[in-house]
Amino acid sequence: MLAQYLLAGLTVGAIYALVALGFAIIYNASNVINFAQGEFVMIGGMASAGFVEAGLGLPLAALLAIGCATLVGILLEKFAVERARGASVVTLIIITIGASILLRGLATLVWDKKIHPLPGFSGEQPIVFAGATLLPQVVWVIGVSALAVALVWWFFNRTLTGKAMLAVSHNRLAARLAGISVRRVLLTSFALSAALGALAGILIAPISFTSWDVGIMLGLKGFAAAILGGLGSGPGAVAGGLVLGIVESLGAGYLSSAYKDVFAFLIILAALVFLPDGLFGRRAAERV
Amino acid sequence: MSSSPTASSAGAPQSGSRRGLLALAIFAALLPLALPNAYTYEIAILVGINAITCVGLNLLIGYAGQISLGHAGFFGLGAYGSAILASRYGWPPLLSLPVSTVLVGALAWLVGRPILRLRGHYLAMGTLGLGVIVSIVLATEDRITGGPDGMAVPPLKVFSYAIGGEKTWYWIIAAAVVLAVWLAQNLIESPRGRAMRALHGSEVAASAVGIDAARHKLHVFVLSALFAAAAGGLTAHYSGFITPSKSSFVHSIELVTMVVFGGMASTFGAVVGAAVLTTLPQVLTTLKEYEMVTLGAVMMLTMIVMPQGLVPTLEKAIAAARRKPV
Amino acid sequence: MIARLFLAVLVLPLAVFAQEPIRIGAFLSVTGPAAFLGDPEQKTLELYVEKLNAAGGVLGRKLQLVAYDSAGDAEKARAYVKRLIEQDKVDVLVGGSTTGETMAAVPLAEAAGIPFISLAGAVVIIEPVKKWVFKTPHTDRMACEKVFVDMRERGATKAALISGAGGFDRSMRAECLKVAAKNGVQIIADESYGAGDTDMTAQLTKIKNTPGVQAVLNCGFGQGPAIVTKNYRQLGITTPFYQSHGVASKQYVKLSGDAAEGVRLPAAALLVADTLPAEDAQKKVVVSYKHEYEKRFNQEVSTFGGHAYDGLMLVVEAMKRAGSADKAKVRDALESTKGYMGTAGVVNMSATDHMGLDLTAFRMLEVRKGDWQLVK
Repeated sequence: MLAQYLLAGLTVGAIYALVALGFAIIYNASNVINFAQGEFVMIGGMASAGFVEAGLGLPLAALLAIGCATLVGILLEKFAVERARGASVVTLIIITIGASILLRGLATLVWDKKIHPLPGFSGEQPIVFAGATLLPQVVWVIGVSALAVALVWWFFNRTLTGKAMLAVSHNRLAARLAGISVRRVLLTSFALSAALGALAGILIAPISFTSWDVGIMLGLKGFAAAILGGLGSGPGAVAGGLVLGIVESLGAGYLSSAYKDVFAFLIILAALVFLPDGLFGRRAAERV
Repeated sequence: MSSSPTASSAGAPQSGSRRGLLALAIFAALLPLALPNAYTYEIAILVGINAITCVGLNLLIGYAGQISLGHAGFFGLGAYGSAILASRYGWPPLLSLPVSTVLVGALAWLVGRPILRLRGHYLAMGTLGLGVIVSIVLATEDRITGGPDGMAVPPLKVFSYAIGGEKTWYWIIAAAVVLAVWLAQNLIESPRGRAMRALHGSEVAASAVGIDAARHKLHVFVLSALFAAAAGGLTAHYSGFITPSKSSFVHSIELVTMVVFGGMASTFGAVVGAAVLTTLPQVLTTLKEYEMVTLGAVMMLTMIVMPQGLVPTLEKAIAAARRKPV
Repeated sequence: MIARLFLAVLVLPLAVFAQEPIRIGAFLSVTGPAAFLGDPEQKTLELYVEKLNAAGGVLGRKLQLVAYDSAGDAEKARAYVKRLIEQDKVDVLVGGSTTGETMAAVPLAEAAGIPFISLAGAVVIIEPVKKWVFKTPHTDRMACEKVFVDMRERGATKAALISGAGGFDRSMRAECLKVAAKNGVQIIADESYGAGDTDMTAQLTKIKNTPGVQAVLNCGFGQGPAIVTKNYRQLGITTPFYQSHGVASKQYVKLSGDAAEGVRLPAAALLVADTLPAEDAQKKVVVSYKHEYEKRFNQEVSTFGGHAYDGLMLVVEAMKRAGSADKAKVRDALESTKGYMGTAGVVNMSATDHMGLDLTAFRMLEVRKGDWQLVK
């Protein structure tokens, strides 16, 4: 039983981790919480479903879907966030909220309001492992997520562009003085977050389907995970996502399934009260 | 007007805000002349209820510089509190409404202490979590609350005469809005209000000057919760019916959007924001499937073009026009 | 002077023909969590209002449909119903895809004295009976009873429930808990899942490990039941599995894939219209609706659209019997509907029964090879 719960928690936790990572990357580059992050997940899933239904093979559909989401992310940055530079953080948050409504509305126009399935990457035959049964898709979710996180880590710590982005998150002015284009970094951060979100959407759609409004709940949980892990910390976001998923699953299994979300949020609140900057958060110095 | 964004820490002249309040009262008194039927009255009442909540929320966000993404939770609790006391325990609504409001205020005081130790986005998450917990509990405990489909609420009764109908309620809500704005302005211009505004500038600096940041934050938090709970109770007895969606995360976000849209640190901004964002979806409904896209686009464009919100931007524009030589 | 009289005589008949249309007001969840209720409902209403108008209208007057999208939100529904009554001045209300929206509209309909046919499921809509409120879908209580009867026939007396968080889910769960004992079934496990949940294996594992479970009933609609179904098969549970009428549409089968094989649910005969025996009393009505809808919209028919069809036709029929669109007369005519054959079943209303269906209106269906099959 425990194995089953843990596996379920790990699966959904991996998705939360990807979404949370998207939040963290954008926050690091711009101090903005992108409330449209969940919509990138939705676009990934819906676009793939749309392409598959139009006859394309799954791998191509998935790649195109990620490309669509990345494009949307870039457009969002260019036309909304960049135009509003200098505005307060709260204003930027409202802009992203408006963007999420706009994207959901576009989704109902471009696609429809129905729920869409996506074929599993390698079939539907359940596998038995350590006393639990899982769909093959679960292996994909956990595996590809882990790979994505590893790639992101490598990007930020081993490539020049990635390090430049980290520099901007530490000290924007100094980075600019060192010749780093903050605008370019912002653009890249949105594009990367969108791609990660879309990937999450494509991975989870074979298990839990996709529709125009899947982004709301996933965005909310992803945000919670990012905060839990400590906003701005990549490893924190991933850890936060996994912890959130497992807590939810264990709560449903051992306590009350009707209140599992309440437990998850109570745990997050308790964690924040004792660790006000999250699990891995940096204590930001406040200038007076 | 009550304040301009550049002078948020200085006090605005008394006469300015009193003039604004008078204008609001006159507007509210004359509005019914322009309302053709009960449906438009309903929209006006909805605007008023949102305005009350937003005025309170604006004290927290705009003036004290905090954030709450869970304020719909207080709204819902105020509504359900009064509804449950009135319908399951037979209390007269004239009593259940204020009692429910006070109880929610007490809850806000209890919860506020630990929560307000968080800052910035962590506080946002904390309040968001609280709001979500409230809405889940309200939806799940169906024996007390009627579950996700909600419950019926008995109407407000004065000496066994039931108050119903849009026209009567319009006057009640209009009076409540004027009262709420007056209370908010009084607070802002009082010494306590100045302490609160100092918090917005910098908590550390404020503490250095001897302001007990934690206490003031808590007071504003509780006050804004009281506004929200009162508005919730009024809605419950007006509609005759409430559902847990009133305490949802989506509703919390709508409230914050109204405050920011109208202009933070501007009480009239909160009222205007509530008015615009309550009536806009009704107006846009004629666009049918394009409603969502248009709403999102309008929100984005307005905030991009007027980043400080509607009212402060208009105020500045008017002031700039006045300064131009003739 | 004579010219004016002449003109008046010419114009008068034209004025008589250009009569006010009969306005049908609708508020449906076309978008939002209940979109797959509201979408076929709206399409059905539009299709049949068009057909009725093409055939000459009702009582010599055209029908005009005024429809709003309340997106599953009770507050929006309330505002739209006000708009329909006060601004659009409709003669009758058809709508309220979900129970929450319907219940928000009930006090308005009662106060305004306008006949209101709800398209939502919960029994609380017509119990206690309200003067102006009727409904066309089967109640959730009837669904529970139908399922329990079938469970008993298969020898199961101990069952487990798993329900979602929505209004329909919770309402049906509450009804099932209430009527289980009366129908000889004991509920020994009761699990829940949330609105946006992606995995229910934890809840199903708990049920699987509860000793003595002989059948499982999932009260829900939307994507939740499809995920539950997939998880059910994934965990290798072989206990008889029942769904509710909330998933009575091909989309559930499409989403669940092979996992839906063998799942039983109570549903209207509409879903198996073509395979009904020729002498079945409902055959003609359901076949006709199914073909018309599928021809026009190129989309599988659903029972929810069928409820809208029944609602509209009941109103039209009542208007014809009453000889007018007067609200009070239509209400009385609706209440005295007898022997009307709809997509949901035969309708016999009375002063104490504003729904008019009995248990025969529900058929027990089983999913076989991706299609519905009538369980004899």
